[in-house]
Amino acid sequence: MNREDFPMLNQDIVYFDNGATTLKPKVVIEKMMEYYQEYTSNIHRGDYDAAIKTNEAYDGVRKIVAHFVNCKPEEVIFTSGTTMSINTVVFSYMRKHLHKGDEVILSKAEHASNVLPWLKLSEELGVVIKYAPLDSNMELKVESIEKTITEKTKVISIAHVSNVIGDVRDIKAIGKLCSEKGIIFNVDGAQSVPHMKVDFKDSNIDFLSFSAHKMCGPTGVGVLVAKEELMDEMTPLCFGGGMNQTFEVDGSYELKTGPSKFEAGTPPIAEVIGMGEAIKYLEKIGMENIHKNEVELKKFLVSELEKIPNIILYNTNSNSGILAFNIDGVFAQDSSVYLNSYNIYVRAGNHCAKILKDEMKIKNTVRVSLYLYNNKEDVLKLIEVLKRSADIFKVVI
Amino acid sequence: MDSNLRREIILDNYQNPTNRGLVNDDSYLKVNTNSESCIDNLDFMMKIEDNKVKDICFDGEACAISTSASSILIRSLIGKSVDEVRNILENYKKMINEEDYDKDLLGELNVYDTLQPNRKNCALLPSVAIDKMLGSVRDGRKN
Repeated sequence: MNREDFPMLNQDIVYFDNGATTLKPKVVIEKMMEYYQEYTSNIHRGDYDAAIKTNEAYDGVRKIVAHFVNCKPEEVIFTSGTTMSINTVVFSYMRKHLHKGDEVILSKAEHASNVLPWLKLSEELGVVIKYAPLDSNMELKVESIEKTITEKTKVISIAHVSNVIGDVRDIKAIGKLCSEKGIIFNVDGAQSVPHMKVDFKDSNIDFLSFSAHKMCGPTGVGVLVAKEELMDEMTPLCFGGGMNQTFEVDGSYELKTGPSKFEAGTPPIAEVIGMGEAIKYLEKIGMENIHKNEVELKKFLVSELEKIPNIILYNTNSNSGILAFNIDGVFAQDSSVYLNSYNIYVRAGNHCAKILKDEMKIKNTVRVSLYLYNNKEDVLKLIEVLKRSADIFKVVI
Repeated sequence: MDSNLRREIILDNYQNPTNRGLVNDDSYLKVNTNSESCIDNLDFMMKIEDNKVKDICFDGEACAISTSASSILIRSLIGKSVDEVRNILENYKKMINEEDYDKDLLGELNVYDTLQPNRKNCALLPSVAIDKMLGSVRDGRKN
Protein backbone atom coordinates (compact mmCIF):
# COMPACT_ATOMS: atom_id res chain seq x y z
CA MET A 1 0.00 0.00 0.00
CA ASN A 2 1.01 3.66 -0.49
CA ARG A 3 4.01 2.75 -2.63
CA GLU A 4 3.78 6.02 -4.53
CA ASP A 5 4.64 7.92 -1.32
CA PHE A 6 8.19 6.50 -1.21
CA PRO A 7 10.76 8.02 -3.61
CA MET A 8 13.17 5.09 -3.06
CA LEU A 9 10.64 2.78 -4.70
CA ASN A 10 10.98 4.66 -7.99
CA GLN A 11 14.07 2.50 -8.40
CA ASP A 12 13.53 -1.07 -9.41
CA ILE A 13 14.18 -2.57 -5.97
CA VAL A 14 12.50 -4.94 -3.58
CA TYR A 15 13.19 -3.59 -0.11
CA PHE A 16 12.93 -6.36 2.50
CA ASP A 17 15.24 -4.96 5.21
CA ASN A 18 12.67 -3.05 7.22
CA GLY A 19 13.79 -4.56 10.51
CA ALA A 20 17.05 -2.65 10.00
CA THR A 21 15.54 0.59 8.75
CA THR A 22 12.56 1.68 6.68
CA LEU A 23 12.15 3.84 3.61
CA LYS A 24 11.01 7.43 4.09
CA PRO A 25 7.84 8.87 2.58
CA LYS A 26 8.03 12.18 0.78
CA VAL A 27 5.95 13.97 3.43
CA VAL A 28 8.57 13.23 6.09
CA ILE A 29 11.48 14.36 3.91
CA GLU A 30 9.61 17.53 2.97
CA LYS A 31 8.66 18.30 6.57
CA MET A 32 12.34 18.22 7.55
CA MET A 33 13.35 20.29 4.53
CA GLU A 34 10.72 22.83 5.45
CA TYR A 35 12.42 23.34 8.84
CA TYR A 36 15.80 23.74 7.17
CA GLN A 37 14.56 26.03 4.43
CA GLU A 38 11.89 28.11 6.17
CA TYR A 39 12.34 28.36 9.93
CA THR A 40 15.78 27.11 11.01
CA SER A 41 16.44 28.20 14.60
CA ASN A 42 17.28 26.65 17.93
CA ILE A 43 14.72 25.60 20.49
CA HIS A 44 14.01 27.01 23.96
CA ARG A 45 15.83 30.35 23.73
CA GLY A 46 14.62 32.57 20.91
CA ASP A 47 11.91 35.24 20.96
CA TYR A 48 11.69 35.66 17.21
CA ASP A 49 9.06 34.11 14.93
CA ALA A 50 11.14 31.25 13.55
CA ALA A 51 12.28 30.20 17.03
CA ILE A 52 8.73 30.27 18.34
CA LYS A 53 7.63 28.11 15.43
CA THR A 54 10.50 25.67 16.03
CA ASN A 55 9.61 25.40 19.71
CA GLU A 56 6.02 24.63 18.90
CA ALA A 57 6.95 22.09 16.24
CA TYR A 58 9.51 20.34 18.47
CA ASP A 59 7.45 20.15 21.64
CA GLY A 60 4.33 19.40 19.61
CA VAL A 61 5.87 16.03 18.71
CA ARG A 62 5.58 14.96 22.37
CA LYS A 63 1.81 15.21 22.00
CA ILE A 64 1.90 13.26 18.73
CA VAL A 65 3.97 10.49 20.37
CA ALA A 66 1.70 10.51 23.43
CA HIS A 67 -1.37 9.98 21.29
CA PHE A 68 0.41 7.29 19.27
CA VAL A 69 1.41 5.03 22.19
CA ASN A 70 -1.10 6.25 24.81
CA CYS A 71 1.09 7.98 27.35
CA LYS A 72 1.34 11.54 28.68
CA PRO A 73 3.33 14.12 26.66
CA GLU A 74 5.40 14.76 29.81
CA GLU A 75 6.51 11.12 29.70
CA VAL A 76 8.13 11.42 26.24
CA ILE A 77 11.92 11.83 26.18
CA PHE A 78 13.58 12.30 22.80
CA THR A 79 16.75 10.21 22.43
CA SER A 80 19.01 9.21 19.56
CA GLY A 81 17.14 5.93 19.18
CA THR A 82 16.24 2.67 20.90
CA THR A 83 19.81 1.91 21.96
CA MET A 84 20.17 5.25 23.73
CA SER A 85 16.71 4.86 25.24
CA ILE A 86 17.50 1.47 26.79
CA ASN A 87 20.90 2.70 27.97
CA THR A 88 19.12 5.61 29.65
CA VAL A 89 16.78 3.22 31.44
CA VAL A 90 19.67 1.07 32.64
CA PHE A 91 22.15 3.78 33.61
CA SER A 92 19.82 6.64 34.63
CA TYR A 93 17.34 4.64 36.62
CA MET A 94 18.41 1.03 37.23
CA ARG A 95 21.95 1.87 38.30
CA LYS A 96 20.47 3.83 41.23
CA HIS A 97 17.75 1.38 42.12
CA LEU A 98 19.27 -2.10 41.77
CA HIS A 99 21.59 -3.82 44.21
CA LYS A 100 23.82 -6.88 44.34
CA GLY A 101 21.80 -10.07 43.96
CA ASP A 102 18.74 -8.37 42.42
CA GLU A 103 17.51 -10.30 39.37
CA VAL A 104 16.80 -9.02 35.87
CA ILE A 105 14.87 -11.23 33.44
CA LEU A 106 15.78 -11.13 29.73
CA SER A 107 15.50 -13.71 26.94
CA LYS A 108 18.21 -15.14 24.72
CA ALA A 109 16.46 -13.69 21.68
CA GLU A 110 17.07 -10.09 22.73
CA HIS A 111 18.93 -7.57 20.56
CA ALA A 112 22.42 -6.53 21.70
CA SER A 113 21.03 -3.20 22.93
CA ASN A 114 18.82 -5.00 25.43
CA VAL A 115 21.59 -7.32 26.64
CA LEU A 116 24.88 -5.44 26.76
CA PRO A 117 23.75 -2.54 29.02
CA TRP A 118 22.53 -5.17 31.49
CA LEU A 119 25.81 -7.11 31.28
CA LYS A 120 27.64 -3.88 32.06
CA LEU A 121 25.35 -3.16 35.01
CA SER A 122 25.77 -6.70 36.24
CA GLU A 123 29.54 -6.23 36.10
CA GLU A 124 29.24 -2.97 38.08
CA LEU A 125 26.66 -3.94 40.70
CA GLY A 126 26.57 -7.72 40.82
CA VAL A 127 23.01 -7.78 39.50
CA VAL A 128 22.01 -11.30 38.34
CA ILE A 129 20.76 -11.77 34.77
CA LYS A 130 18.33 -14.61 34.15
CA TYR A 131 17.20 -15.72 30.71
CA ALA A 132 13.58 -16.86 30.50
CA PRO A 133 13.65 -20.01 28.32
CA LEU A 134 12.29 -19.88 24.77
CA ASP A 135 9.85 -22.56 23.58
CA SER A 136 10.57 -25.01 20.74
CA ASN A 137 9.58 -22.34 18.19
CA MET A 138 12.14 -19.96 19.74
CA GLU A 139 9.26 -17.88 21.09
CA LEU A 140 8.99 -16.28 24.52
CA LYS A 141 5.75 -17.05 26.33
CA VAL A 142 4.26 -15.50 29.48
CA GLU A 143 4.42 -18.85 31.31
CA SER A 144 8.16 -19.02 30.80
CA ILE A 145 8.61 -15.55 32.28
CA GLU A 146 6.28 -16.41 35.15
CA LYS A 147 8.38 -19.48 35.99
CA THR A 148 11.61 -17.44 35.93
CA ILE A 149 10.33 -14.85 38.40
CA THR A 150 11.59 -15.18 41.98
CA GLU A 151 11.24 -12.90 44.98
CA LYS A 152 14.50 -11.27 43.87
CA THR A 153 13.21 -10.30 40.42
CA LYS A 154 13.27 -6.52 40.09
CA VAL A 155 13.08 -5.99 36.32
CA ILE A 156 11.72 -7.73 33.23
CA SER A 157 13.32 -6.31 30.10
CA ILE A 158 12.20 -7.76 26.78
CA ALA A 159 11.43 -6.82 23.20
CA HIS A 160 7.73 -6.65 22.36
CA VAL A 161 8.57 -8.26 18.99
CA SER A 162 11.89 -10.09 18.64
CA ASN A 163 13.98 -8.96 15.68
CA VAL A 164 14.98 -12.42 14.41
CA ILE A 165 12.02 -14.69 15.22
CA GLY A 166 9.42 -11.94 15.07
CA ASP A 167 7.27 -13.44 17.83
CA VAL A 168 4.87 -10.97 19.38
CA ARG A 169 5.18 -11.25 23.15
CA ASP A 170 2.02 -10.83 25.20
CA ILE A 171 3.09 -7.58 26.84
CA LYS A 172 -0.32 -6.94 28.32
CA ALA A 173 -0.18 -10.14 30.35
CA ILE A 174 3.48 -9.62 31.27
CA GLY A 175 2.75 -6.01 32.27
CA LYS A 176 -0.09 -7.19 34.51
CA LEU A 177 2.24 -9.71 36.12
CA CYS A 178 4.84 -7.00 36.69
CA SER A 179 2.43 -4.54 38.27
CA GLU A 180 1.03 -7.26 40.58
CA LYS A 181 4.50 -8.23 41.75
CA GLY A 182 6.06 -4.75 41.86
CA ILE A 183 8.53 -5.54 39.04
CA ILE A 184 9.74 -2.84 36.64
CA PHE A 185 8.66 -3.62 33.07
CA ASN A 186 11.05 -2.36 30.38
CA VAL A 187 9.88 -2.89 26.79
CA ASP A 188 12.05 -2.65 23.67
CA GLY A 189 9.50 -1.52 21.10
CA ALA A 190 11.89 -1.11 18.16
CA GLN A 191 10.24 -3.90 16.14
CA SER A 192 6.66 -3.45 17.38
CA VAL A 193 5.81 0.26 17.66
CA PRO A 194 6.34 0.76 13.88
CA HIS A 195 4.12 -2.21 13.01
CA MET A 196 1.18 -2.45 15.42
CA LYS A 197 -0.76 -0.51 18.02
CA VAL A 198 1.22 -0.38 21.27
CA ASP A 199 -0.48 0.92 24.40
CA PHE A 200 1.93 2.11 27.08
CA LYS A 201 -0.66 2.71 29.76
CA ASP A 202 -2.91 -0.25 29.12
CA SER A 203 0.05 -2.68 29.08
CA ASN A 204 1.38 -1.36 32.42
CA ILE A 205 4.74 -0.55 30.86
CA ASP A 206 7.24 1.42 32.93
CA PHE A 207 9.73 2.19 30.14
CA LEU A 208 9.15 1.91 26.38
CA SER A 209 11.85 2.50 23.74
CA PHE A 210 11.66 2.85 19.97
CA SER A 211 13.40 4.45 16.97
CA ALA A 212 11.99 6.80 14.34
CA HIS A 213 13.97 5.39 11.42
CA LYS A 214 12.29 2.00 11.72
CA MET A 215 8.89 3.65 11.22
CA CYS A 216 9.26 5.86 8.16
CA GLY A 217 11.05 8.57 10.13
CA PRO A 218 14.59 9.94 10.03
CA THR A 219 17.72 8.38 11.53
CA GLY A 220 19.28 9.74 14.72
CA VAL A 221 16.13 10.11 16.79
CA GLY A 222 13.95 7.93 18.93
CA VAL A 223 11.87 7.92 22.06
CA LEU A 224 12.02 6.76 25.64
CA VAL A 225 8.64 6.82 27.28
CA ALA A 226 9.20 6.79 31.03
CA LYS A 227 6.42 6.62 33.59
CA GLU A 228 6.21 10.06 35.18
CA GLU A 229 6.95 9.01 38.76
CA LEU A 230 10.00 7.00 37.61
CA MET A 231 11.31 9.85 35.48
CA ASP A 232 11.58 12.04 38.58
CA GLU A 233 14.01 9.52 40.06
CA MET A 234 16.27 9.32 37.00
CA THR A 235 19.69 10.96 36.86
CA PRO A 236 20.55 12.32 33.42
CA LEU A 237 23.51 10.81 31.56
CA CYS A 238 24.32 14.11 29.87
CA PHE A 239 24.63 17.54 31.48
CA GLY A 240 24.66 20.90 29.71
CA GLY A 241 22.49 23.52 28.09
CA GLY A 242 18.73 23.17 27.94
CA MET A 243 18.47 20.80 30.91
CA ASN A 244 19.30 23.06 33.86
CA GLN A 245 17.42 25.79 35.75
CA THR A 246 20.43 27.41 37.41
CA PHE A 247 24.05 26.74 38.32
CA GLU A 248 26.32 28.84 40.51
CA VAL A 249 30.03 29.25 41.27
CA ASP A 250 29.48 27.75 44.71
CA GLY A 251 28.78 24.45 42.97
CA SER A 252 25.04 24.44 43.42
CA TYR A 253 22.78 23.72 40.50
CA GLU A 254 19.18 22.89 39.79
CA LEU A 255 17.98 20.79 36.89
CA LYS A 256 14.81 21.12 34.89
CA THR A 257 12.04 18.66 35.57
CA GLY A 258 10.37 16.44 33.00
CA PRO A 259 11.79 15.18 29.71
CA SER A 260 13.95 18.27 29.03
CA LYS A 261 16.23 17.12 31.84
CA PHE A 262 17.39 14.28 29.56
CA GLU A 263 17.86 16.35 26.40
CA ALA A 264 21.05 18.32 27.06
CA GLY A 265 22.50 20.32 24.19
CA THR A 266 20.86 21.13 20.88
CA PRO A 267 18.76 18.11 19.99
CA PRO A 268 18.18 16.75 16.47
CA ILE A 269 15.39 19.27 15.82
CA ALA A 270 14.68 18.47 12.18
CA GLU A 271 14.65 14.76 13.00
CA VAL A 272 12.21 15.16 15.89
CA ILE A 273 9.90 17.15 13.63
CA GLY A 274 10.32 14.48 10.93
CA MET A 275 9.47 11.77 13.45
CA GLY A 276 6.24 13.58 14.32
CA GLU A 277 5.29 13.66 10.66
CA ALA A 278 6.13 9.95 10.27
CA ILE A 279 3.81 9.08 13.16
CA LYS A 280 1.02 11.18 11.66
CA TYR A 281 1.60 9.38 8.36
CA LEU A 282 1.34 5.93 10.01
CA GLU A 283 -1.76 6.89 12.00
CA LYS A 284 -3.45 8.07 8.82
CA ILE A 285 -2.95 4.63 7.27
CA GLY A 286 -3.90 2.99 10.57
CA MET A 287 -1.71 0.70 12.65
CA GLU A 288 -4.29 -2.11 12.40
CA ASN A 289 -4.12 -1.95 8.60
CA ILE A 290 -0.33 -1.92 8.62
CA HIS A 291 -0.16 -4.97 10.90
CA LYS A 292 -2.85 -6.86 8.99
CA ASN A 293 -1.09 -6.25 5.67
CA GLU A 294 2.24 -7.50 7.02
CA VAL A 295 0.83 -10.62 8.64
CA GLU A 296 -1.13 -11.55 5.50
CA LEU A 297 1.90 -10.93 3.31
CA LYS A 298 4.09 -13.05 5.58
CA LYS A 299 1.58 -15.93 5.31
CA PHE A 300 1.74 -15.64 1.54
CA LEU A 301 5.55 -15.50 1.65
CA VAL A 302 5.71 -18.61 3.86
CA SER A 303 3.26 -20.56 1.69
CA GLU A 304 5.28 -19.75 -1.44
CA LEU A 305 8.66 -20.47 0.16
CA GLU A 306 7.43 -23.81 1.48
CA LYS A 307 6.99 -24.91 -2.13
CA ILE A 308 10.73 -24.53 -2.78
CA PRO A 309 12.53 -27.68 -1.61
CA ASN A 310 15.96 -26.26 -0.72
CA ILE A 311 14.69 -23.43 1.50
CA ILE A 312 14.89 -23.89 5.27
CA LEU A 313 12.41 -21.72 7.21
CA TYR A 314 12.89 -20.92 10.89
CA ASN A 315 9.89 -18.98 12.18
CA THR A 316 6.84 -19.58 10.05
CA ASN A 317 4.35 -19.15 12.91
CA SER A 318 5.24 -15.79 14.40
CA ASN A 319 2.54 -13.20 13.98
CA SER A 320 4.59 -10.38 12.45
CA GLY A 321 6.30 -9.44 9.21
CA ILE A 322 9.65 -11.05 10.05
CA LEU A 323 10.88 -14.28 8.45
CA ALA A 324 14.29 -15.94 8.78
CA PHE A 325 15.45 -18.57 6.29
CA ASN A 326 18.46 -20.13 4.61
CA ILE A 327 19.10 -21.70 1.23
CA ASP A 328 20.21 -25.23 2.12
CA GLY A 329 24.01 -25.48 2.07
CA VAL A 330 24.56 -21.80 1.31
CA PHE A 331 26.09 -19.32 3.76
CA ALA A 332 23.58 -16.55 4.56
CA GLN A 333 25.84 -13.79 3.29
CA ASP A 334 26.26 -15.49 -0.08
CA SER A 335 22.46 -15.70 -0.30
CA SER A 336 22.06 -11.99 0.36
CA VAL A 337 24.77 -11.13 -2.19
CA TYR A 338 22.89 -13.33 -4.66
CA LEU A 339 19.56 -11.61 -3.98
CA ASN A 340 21.21 -8.20 -4.24
CA SER A 341 22.23 -8.99 -7.80
CA TYR A 342 18.49 -9.07 -8.56
CA ASN A 343 17.90 -5.85 -6.59
CA ILE A 344 16.32 -7.67 -3.68
CA TYR A 345 17.52 -6.18 -0.40
CA VAL A 346 17.57 -8.51 2.58
CA ARG A 347 19.78 -8.87 5.64
CA ALA A 348 22.15 -11.75 6.40
CA GLY A 349 23.66 -12.43 9.78
CA ASN A 350 22.81 -12.97 13.40
CA HIS A 351 20.78 -9.73 13.44
CA CYS A 352 22.54 -8.51 16.59
CA ALA A 353 20.93 -11.30 18.63
CA LYS A 354 24.22 -13.07 19.22
CA ILE A 355 23.17 -15.35 22.06
CA LEU A 356 20.18 -16.71 20.15
CA LYS A 357 22.59 -19.07 18.35
CA ASP A 358 22.76 -21.20 21.51
CA GLU A 359 19.05 -21.92 21.12
CA MET A 360 18.69 -22.00 17.34
CA LYS A 361 21.81 -24.11 16.72
CA ILE A 362 22.40 -21.92 13.70
CA LYS A 363 24.33 -18.69 13.76
CA ASN A 364 23.35 -16.88 10.61
CA THR A 365 20.17 -16.52 8.62
CA VAL A 366 18.73 -14.45 5.81
CA ARG A 367 16.02 -12.20 7.17
CA VAL A 368 13.09 -10.76 5.27
CA SER A 369 11.31 -8.04 7.25
CA LEU A 370 8.20 -6.54 5.71
CA TYR A 371 6.56 -3.14 5.90
CA LEU A 372 3.50 -1.37 4.63
CA TYR A 373 4.81 -0.77 1.10
CA ASN A 374 5.72 -4.41 0.44
CA ASN A 375 3.28 -6.35 -1.72
CA LYS A 376 2.71 -9.70 -3.38
CA GLU A 377 4.75 -8.66 -6.42
CA ASP A 378 7.77 -8.19 -4.14
CA VAL A 379 7.25 -11.65 -2.68
CA LEU A 380 6.82 -13.25 -6.10
CA LYS A 381 10.03 -11.66 -7.33
CA LEU A 382 11.91 -13.14 -4.36
CA ILE A 383 10.31 -16.54 -4.97
CA GLU A 384 11.23 -16.51 -8.64
CA VAL A 385 14.87 -15.67 -7.89
CA LEU A 386 15.11 -18.28 -5.11
CA LYS A 387 13.59 -20.94 -7.37
CA ARG A 388 16.52 -20.66 -9.73
CA SER A 389 19.14 -20.40 -7.01
CA ALA A 390 20.83 -23.60 -8.23
CA ASP A 391 23.11 -21.25 -10.19
CA ILE A 392 23.78 -19.09 -7.12
CA PHE A 393 27.58 -19.32 -7.31
CA LYS A 394 27.61 -18.34 -10.96
CA VAL A 395 26.01 -15.10 -9.83
CA VAL A 396 27.79 -14.59 -6.53
CA ILE A 397 31.36 -15.31 -7.66
CA MET B 1 41.48 -14.09 -16.28
CA ASP B 2 38.55 -15.81 -17.94
CA SER B 3 35.54 -15.39 -15.66
CA ASN B 4 34.48 -19.04 -15.98
CA LEU B 5 37.91 -20.25 -14.94
CA ARG B 6 37.97 -17.76 -12.08
CA ARG B 7 34.59 -18.96 -10.86
CA GLU B 8 35.63 -22.60 -11.18
CA ILE B 9 38.76 -22.07 -9.06
CA ILE B 10 36.89 -20.12 -6.37
CA LEU B 11 34.01 -22.59 -6.26
CA ASP B 12 36.31 -25.59 -6.12
CA ASN B 13 38.19 -24.07 -3.20
CA TYR B 14 34.93 -23.17 -1.46
CA GLN B 15 33.49 -26.65 -1.78
CA ASN B 16 36.72 -28.57 -1.18
CA PRO B 17 38.95 -26.24 0.80
CA THR B 18 42.56 -27.07 1.55
CA ASN B 19 43.30 -27.90 5.19
CA ARG B 20 39.85 -27.28 6.56
CA GLY B 21 39.72 -28.62 10.09
CA LEU B 22 41.85 -27.66 13.07
CA VAL B 23 44.50 -29.80 14.73
CA ASN B 24 44.98 -30.61 18.39
CA ASP B 25 48.59 -29.50 18.69
CA ASP B 26 49.95 -26.91 21.12
CA SER B 27 52.93 -26.12 18.92
CA TYR B 28 50.58 -24.26 16.53
CA LEU B 29 49.79 -20.57 16.75
CA LYS B 30 46.04 -19.90 16.86
CA VAL B 31 43.83 -16.96 16.03
CA ASN B 32 40.11 -16.29 15.57
CA THR B 33 38.83 -13.76 13.08
CA ASN B 34 35.34 -12.79 14.01
CA SER B 35 35.02 -10.26 11.26
CA GLU B 36 33.97 -6.83 12.42
CA SER B 37 32.59 -5.89 9.05
CA CYS B 38 30.55 -9.01 8.31
CA ILE B 39 29.47 -12.36 9.70
CA ASP B 40 32.43 -14.55 8.72
CA ASN B 41 33.87 -16.35 11.71
CA LEU B 42 36.98 -18.45 11.09
CA ASP B 43 39.69 -19.94 13.28
CA PHE B 44 43.21 -20.31 11.89
CA MET B 45 46.18 -22.35 13.14
CA MET B 46 49.76 -22.11 11.90
CA LYS B 47 52.94 -24.00 12.66
CA ILE B 48 56.28 -22.25 12.16
CA GLU B 49 59.53 -24.18 12.42
CA ASP B 50 63.06 -23.05 11.53
CA ASN B 51 61.63 -19.75 10.28
CA LYS B 52 59.41 -21.62 7.80
CA VAL B 53 55.66 -22.03 7.64
CA LYS B 54 55.22 -25.79 8.02
CA ASP B 55 51.44 -25.89 8.15
CA ILE B 56 48.31 -23.74 8.22
CA CYS B 57 44.75 -24.93 8.74
CA PHE B 58 41.41 -23.26 9.36
CA ASP B 59 37.78 -23.92 10.24
CA GLY B 60 34.54 -22.09 10.89
CA GLU B 61 31.58 -20.48 9.16
CA ALA B 62 32.19 -18.09 6.29
CA CYS B 63 31.08 -17.06 2.82
CA ALA B 64 32.33 -18.42 -0.49
CA ILE B 65 34.95 -15.68 -0.91
CA SER B 66 36.43 -15.93 2.61
CA THR B 67 36.49 -19.70 2.58
CA SER B 68 38.02 -20.07 -0.88
CA ALA B 69 40.57 -17.30 -0.22
CA SER B 70 41.61 -19.08 2.98
CA SER B 71 42.08 -22.29 1.03
CA ILE B 72 44.13 -20.77 -1.80
CA LEU B 73 46.18 -18.55 0.51
CA ILE B 74 47.05 -21.48 2.75
CA ARG B 75 48.29 -23.47 -0.27
CA SER B 76 50.35 -20.52 -1.45
CA LEU B 77 52.05 -20.05 1.92
CA ILE B 78 52.88 -23.51 3.22
CA GLY B 79 56.58 -24.28 2.81
CA LYS B 80 57.60 -20.62 2.44
CA SER B 81 59.91 -18.73 4.78
CA VAL B 82 58.39 -16.16 7.12
CA ASP B 83 59.82 -13.33 5.00
CA GLU B 84 58.40 -14.82 1.82
CA VAL B 85 55.02 -15.18 3.51
CA ARG B 86 55.10 -11.52 4.57
CA ASN B 87 55.91 -10.49 1.02
CA ILE B 88 53.05 -12.56 -0.46
CA LEU B 89 50.60 -11.19 2.10
CA GLU B 90 51.67 -7.64 1.39
CA ASN B 91 51.22 -8.07 -2.34
CA TYR B 92 47.92 -9.86 -1.83
CA LYS B 93 46.59 -6.93 0.21
CA LYS B 94 47.79 -4.50 -2.42
CA MET B 95 45.94 -6.45 -5.11
CA ILE B 96 42.69 -6.49 -3.12
CA ASN B 97 43.04 -2.77 -2.43
CA GLU B 98 43.64 -2.10 -6.13
CA GLU B 99 47.22 -0.89 -5.68
CA ASP B 100 50.27 -1.90 -7.78
CA TYR B 101 51.46 -5.40 -6.92
CA ASP B 102 53.62 -8.25 -8.14
CA LYS B 103 51.22 -10.34 -10.21
CA ASP B 104 53.68 -13.19 -10.81
CA LEU B 105 54.22 -13.67 -7.10
CA LEU B 106 50.53 -14.34 -6.39
CA GLY B 107 49.78 -17.13 -8.88
CA GLU B 108 46.32 -18.59 -8.25
CA LEU B 109 45.50 -15.78 -5.80
CA ASN B 110 45.05 -13.54 -8.84
CA VAL B 111 41.46 -14.85 -9.05
CA TYR B 112 40.59 -12.12 -6.51
CA ASP B 113 41.94 -9.22 -8.57
CA THR B 114 38.49 -7.82 -9.39
CA LEU B 115 36.21 -7.97 -6.38
CA GLN B 116 33.13 -5.93 -5.59
CA PRO B 117 33.86 -3.42 -2.78
CA ASN B 118 31.65 -5.29 -0.28
CA ARG B 119 33.62 -8.55 -0.83
CA LYS B 120 37.10 -7.09 -0.24
CA ASN B 121 37.02 -7.71 3.49
CA CYS B 122 35.92 -11.30 2.84
CA ALA B 123 39.02 -11.90 0.71
CA LEU B 124 41.27 -10.10 3.19
CA LEU B 125 40.06 -12.08 6.19
CA PRO B 126 42.59 -14.97 5.97
CA SER B 127 45.48 -12.57 5.33
CA VAL B 128 44.52 -10.55 8.42
CA ALA B 129 44.46 -13.75 10.46
CA ILE B 130 47.85 -14.95 9.24
CA ASP B 131 49.30 -11.47 9.73
CA LYS B 132 48.10 -11.52 13.32
CA MET B 133 49.82 -14.83 13.97
CA LEU B 134 53.05 -13.57 12.36
CA GLY B 135 52.80 -10.46 14.53
CA SER B 136 52.64 -12.60 17.63
CA VAL B 137 55.80 -14.41 16.46
CA ARG B 138 57.56 -11.07 16.12
CA ASP B 139 56.33 -9.95 19.54
CA GLY B 140 57.51 -13.21 21.05
CA ARG B 141 53.97 -14.19 22.09
CA LYS B 142 52.46 -17.49 21.21
CA ASN B 143 48.78 -16.58 21.01
